[in-house]
Amino acid sequence: MNMLEIKNLHATVNNHEILKGVDLVVNAGEVHSIMGPNGSGKSTLAQVLARRETYEVTEGQVLLNGKDLLAMKPEEAACEGLFMAFQYPVEIPGISNAYFLRAALNAIRKYRGEEELDAMDFLPLLKEKMRLLEMDERFLNRPVNEGFSGGEKKRNEIVQMAVLEPKMAILDETDSGLDIDALKIVAKGVSAMRSPERAILLVTHYQRVLDYIVPDYVHVLVDGRIVKSGGPELALELEEKGYGWAEPATAQAR
Amino acid sequence: MTTNAETIRDLAEREYKWGFITEVEEDRVPKGLNEDIVRLISAKKGEPAFMIEWRLKAYRHWASLEKSQAEPKWANVKYGPIDYQDIVYYSAPKKKASLKSLDEVDPEILRTYDKLGIPLLEQQKLAGVAVDAVFDSVSVATTFKQKLAEKGVIFCSFSEAVQNHPELVKKYLGSVVPYTDNFFAALNAAVFTDGSFVYVPKGVRCPMELSTYFRINAAETGQFERTLIIADEGAHVSYLEGCTAPIRDENQLHAAVVELVALDNATIKYSTVQNWYPGDKEGRGGIYNFVTKRGKCLGQNSKISWTQVETGSAITWKYPSCILMGDNSVGEFYSVALTNNYQQADTGTKMIHIGKNTSSTVVSKGISAGHGQNTYRGLVKIQKGATGARNYTQCDSLLIGDKCGAHTFPYIEVKNASARMEHEASTSKIGEDQIFYLRQRGLSSEEAVSMIINGFCRQVFRELPMEFAVEAQKLLSISLEGSVG
Repeated sequence: MNMLEIKNLHATVNNHEILKGVDLVVNAGEVHSIMGPNGSGKSTLAQVLARRETYEVTEGQVLLNGKDLLAMKPEEAACEGLFMAFQYPVEIPGISNAYFLRAALNAIRKYRGEEELDAMDFLPLLKEKMRLLEMDERFLNRPVNEGFSGGEKKRNEIVQMAVLEPKMAILDETDSGLDIDALKIVAKGVSAMRSPERAILLVTHYQRVLDYIVPDYVHVLVDGRIVKSGGPELALELEEKGYGWAEPATAQAR
Repeated sequence: MTTNAETIRDLAEREYKWGFITEVEEDRVPKGLNEDIVRLISAKKGEPAFMIEWRLKAYRHWASLEKSQAEPKWANVKYGPIDYQDIVYYSAPKKKASLKSLDEVDPEILRTYDKLGIPLLEQQKLAGVAVDAVFDSVSVATTFKQKLAEKGVIFCSFSEAVQNHPELVKKYLGSVVPYTDNFFAALNAAVFTDGSFVYVPKGVRCPMELSTYFRINAAETGQFERTLIIADEGAHVSYLEGCTAPIRDENQLHAAVVELVALDNATIKYSTVQNWYPGDKEGRGGIYNFVTKRGKCLGQNSKISWTQVETGSAITWKYPSCILMGDNSVGEFYSVALTNNYQQADTGTKMIHIGKNTSSTVVSKGISAGHGQNTYRGLVKIQKGATGARNYTQCDSLLIGDKCGAHTFPYIEVKNASARMEHEASTSKIGEDQIFYLRQRGLSSEEAVSMIINGFCRQVFRELPMEFAVEAQKLLSISLEGSVG
């Protein structure tokens, strides 16, 4: 089943075209990795899918689980099961992690017509997910991302993903800035989330993370287009030969 | 009209004896302010001579200030001239009486408080908070009096205190905020109609939160209440006040005075959730909230803590302050002030360090949205003898949108070199990235903004008693409705 279907997606920021016709289909149960050099449009793609309003979609169509994603507000997309782990998680001073996540989960549950969870039901769930990501319980009551190290912020993103249980998870350079131990923990958390009902899109610079989260498909994004697609072996090839190797394909695609 | 106090008192006592006023005309005095009105108010309340004399002195002082156009204009707020002769200075519900029990309160008024979420009758059954309800110019009900009396705690309307505890009133009235203090304090002293009175005797920890709920109801009326709280040696008391007013097109004046006195080792915690009518989206109507609040830490090791959440009023002019006289005394001020639409707030505190090793903490959170203008104005003064004084001030402003303003005027005067002063200030806008982050997790933009703001205010909210904190959070969300696109 198609979880995400992107057709000829064009997007601009300040009238500057970043995405120049992206086509991609991600099925439930699959893990896709999008790789590409700096400035290729990887993060833009992630943000457009998460419905950030600073990006203007000028052409194309995106279906999330068969529904028109581009017609959704960010919170509607979230409630429809789309989650993005941020490249730069944002600090919300004064609001505890636990409070924030329960509010988020309940907003989604409410949207789906499910009963909201009270703190007593929610806390054990959150603690379980935090254990999975090896996060200390003191993070429960610390303000969201405030004073967290880079690695803690990224782990916190995956905790959120684990609690919210999205159908379509987009990880925007979750591996960047992580040391090898933190990377392993994050990868373990993400791998635990793999399921036949869930699709995962991994946006990354480096092949390294793919040693721990082995994708089903790898796509190379260059200059706003997917120029090459293949299996996990493509990532290794890229690692070896560099993105320059894929560039001629861009010229051909033009 | 005669100025003979005896005659007034006779008249007053007769009225008091006769109970409630039935004539409609007598529920509200004529518009305008002069000595006769002041006497009339005093007479209606059946006050002793010392009160009427004090009121008249205050009135004359105020009249001289008005003549010399001494209404304070230094605050960073703008409003048209106030016609003090166009205000009704006393308005009481028809069935005003010396009430023996809540059953005698006009059911309409009880229903009003029910609607406001302050069910006075249920308060009697629910343990927890004792409530004094002030409706327009008079106190209509005080709950839990009996239970408090067992501990020796006096919690009653100001009018009752004048009747039943004149010695305490005489001793402390005007001792913290004299009628000469400022224009509005003088006005209040002349015409104040009711308010709450609290006395907590030596060594007593007040067994419950005390609360007053102020309601302006009548049109063209000013509300001038006066609150006096005295914590005797070693006493502890936590007091809450809330206030609302109905929607009206004209501006209404609210000029209250609050005086707190803490003796040796006493603690007073004073919390306010102010939600007077703020005016409409175009800035029409709303309450002018010109209030003088001050506490005196008279005794050693005494402590006065102010917490305020100011979301209402068209204009707020308010500086809850602490005079730290006793050695080792502590003053605190925690404030959230929100201005939306065309609201203006000029608020802050004064911490006057006089005693040795006195310390004060100031945490101010200003939020501006719409065309709101928010000013923090604070004075920290270390007197010569205040060796070892300490102050920490934190002053944060949050802007929503680009048509509002945040202003900060911190004044620091240090006359003792041993003082340690810290001042931190910040101004920030709610980030698009923060809102997007929360929306990506499923929260609507309103929920996102409200969450960010609650986080911003957390240091203040955690100082509030639990129930008030919840109310305050809800209030902020409501007050911000429509401010986010």
